[in-house]
Amino acid sequence: MGKNKINQLSLSHHFIINQIKTMQYKVPVMSDLVAEGKTPDVIFWVGCAGSFDQRAQRVTIAFTKILNQLNINFAVLGTEEACTGDPARRAGNEFVFQMLAQQNIATMNTYGVKKIITTCPHCFNTIKNEYPALGGNYEVLHHSTYLQGLINDGKLKVEGGAFKGKRITYHDSCYLGRANEIYEAPRSVIEALDADLIEINKCRTTGLCCGAGGGQMFKEDEPGNKRINVERTEQLIEVYPDVIAVACPFCNTMITDGVKGENKQDDVKVLDIAELVAQANSY
Amino acid sequence: MSFLTIVQIILFIGLVGASFFVAFRKFKEIYDNIMLGKPEHINTTLGFRIKNMLLIALGQKKMFKLTFAALLHMVIYVSFVITQIELIEIFIDGLVGSHRILYHAFENIPFLHTLYVVVINFIEVLSLLTFFVTILFILRRTTFKVERFQKPELKGWPWRDALTILAFELILISFIFLMNGADSALHIKEHGEGYGFILSGFFGSMLTGLPNLSLELLEKLGWWGHLCMVMTFLVYLPYSKHLHIMLAFPNTFFSRPEAKGEIHNMPAIQHEVQSMLDPSFVVPATDGEIKFGAKDVYDLSWKSLLDAYTCTECGRCTAACPANQTGKKLSPRKIMMDTRDRMEDISKGKKEHGPDFADNKSLLGDYITGEELRACTTCNACVEECPVNISPLSIIIELRRNLIMEASDSPTEWNNIFANLENNQAPWQFSPSDRLNWTEELN
Repeated sequence: MGKNKINQLSLSHHFIINQIKTMQYKVPVMSDLVAEGKTPDVIFWVGCAGSFDQRAQRVTIAFTKILNQLNINFAVLGTEEACTGDPARRAGNEFVFQMLAQQNIATMNTYGVKKIITTCPHCFNTIKNEYPALGGNYEVLHHSTYLQGLINDGKLKVEGGAFKGKRITYHDSCYLGRANEIYEAPRSVIEALDADLIEINKCRTTGLCCGAGGGQMFKEDEPGNKRINVERTEQLIEVYPDVIAVACPFCNTMITDGVKGENKQDDVKVLDIAELVAQANSY
Repeated sequence: MSFLTIVQIILFIGLVGASFFVAFRKFKEIYDNIMLGKPEHINTTLGFRIKNMLLIALGQKKMFKLTFAALLHMVIYVSFVITQIELIEIFIDGLVGSHRILYHAFENIPFLHTLYVVVINFIEVLSLLTFFVTILFILRRTTFKVERFQKPELKGWPWRDALTILAFELILISFIFLMNGADSALHIKEHGEGYGFILSGFFGSMLTGLPNLSLELLEKLGWWGHLCMVMTFLVYLPYSKHLHIMLAFPNTFFSRPEAKGEIHNMPAIQHEVQSMLDPSFVVPATDGEIKFGAKDVYDLSWKSLLDAYTCTECGRCTAACPANQTGKKLSPRKIMMDTRDRMEDISKGKKEHGPDFADNKSLLGDYITGEELRACTTCNACVEECPVNISPLSIIIELRRNLIMEASDSPTEWNNIFANLENNQAPWQFSPSDRLNWTEELN
């Protein structure tokens, strides 16, 4: 009985501290800002996974909290945001890609969007590399690069938080790494947490895909002897991490499934770097 | 000049001339095959091109992702390049009927004489190293069974091709040592000392017991044997995966500049969609007939076809491919090999049945199946790994485009996401008006 009492006490104590730190988080929507005559500095491109997928929504929320805590003048496109077209183009359906891409570009050009941050490497790659050919020219940042910049500028403090001394390994997203050569930004965020960054053998340029890219996320695997996410998860848990850090909503889903498949979900957390930063700060 | 010398000169010119003629004809055919492809403008500066060629082809930078294999390969490569210096002398000797013309020309010029001896020694040391490396390469394929050399696409001709080239190397090196060894023995008998070639001088010292005539014949056998192997190599090269020793240079020179994640735009479809969204938009007349990706090699970019001829079937792409690693049928190397095979089949058909030859086959379907294409995660691991900047992914994407937009051959799940994307602007069946529902969980 006494033990329970203590737990309750510490829980409520924890609760009070959180209450103090909690702020009212806001998500400004572009059309509303325009109606009020305001202009955001950046657009937070949420992406379909970030909007609709339950797991990815938590990443969206974590990143939104960070933006709020730092008083970033941002907005989302909200219901005006459409899929970038990445899965359609990669599956081979150029018509669907073009329809979505042109629609998005028209929306953003109308609003005079200059700078975009996104938590999805697929959206990042498509908007950054493929939209310019269609008349969509923006400064596009993946949130790992953005967070790295905030940490480097001293605007965001993450050291000494919940992940201090934790074993964290990072799974490279293909569309961040090989496709766009962003290998260090997510790693520098992890290192800033005072965490123990453990590299697995197949990382950076040789990192194995999680299995979701190129439209695979949305269909059954072709016949084979193993699922790609299982192969990748096995490589990742080999180094006994406390956390597998990811920077892509699709990798997140695939590796989370892989960890569950290995029955390791109690030992290994799969977290996006935005979640790491938010949790380190108890946002 | 003796009658025998004249006969040798004629034989030399005949052999070399015929070899170059036959090889040139095949090289021309390959050039024509590459030009079957569609135009693609590679938007790079000369500086970028030369840098890539020097670093990746000449410097073999990307080979060193696998250090051991790269070092072994480097030995053969340097040896191959350096040995060409000795070929200069062989060619002059062959044309004018002389014997070691450079050695004799330099004999009384101390610096050049030393240089000559040093160069030949260098060639011999490298050749001996290459001999052992070649045996190791044969063992890697046949005995150690390095996994990437055991894949199904290497069965048959590609397997024989690889071993043929390696056997050629062993024979060629043996002839070099036979030639220099017998020649050194003659020199020792005549002058009491060899040329100063350490390795062949050592072999030569063991042959001095043979009569001069036998040594002269052995030297000639080595000389002609070496020459014949070089010419065989030249003729065989364009039929072989070994063509990479030449095409690695143009292929890296014409490396694409884009980020690996970028997939080429299709202006014709862009314009058509633009005219749907904006009725005032006039589709440019230049678009012509809209091609939906690639069904055959004619629909691929010339760069993809150059890629196919440049491929040396090392299989680093396949070893890195997540689909292949997990037992799917896709092998990026096979994509390149199939593309080359298709071009070769077309040019063979044209030779047999005239320039209007058409079989009822195509790269997509008869060589590469939908199952292979659908297994690709577009992860770029194959592109990253290729030591000579080949992109199997470019071909995969073009074929997928045809599969989806022309053949309407799409898995049901993909048809569902296409429909969702069209109707809901998301791959899942959620209403666009629900896009901000996540904000309810925020506070």
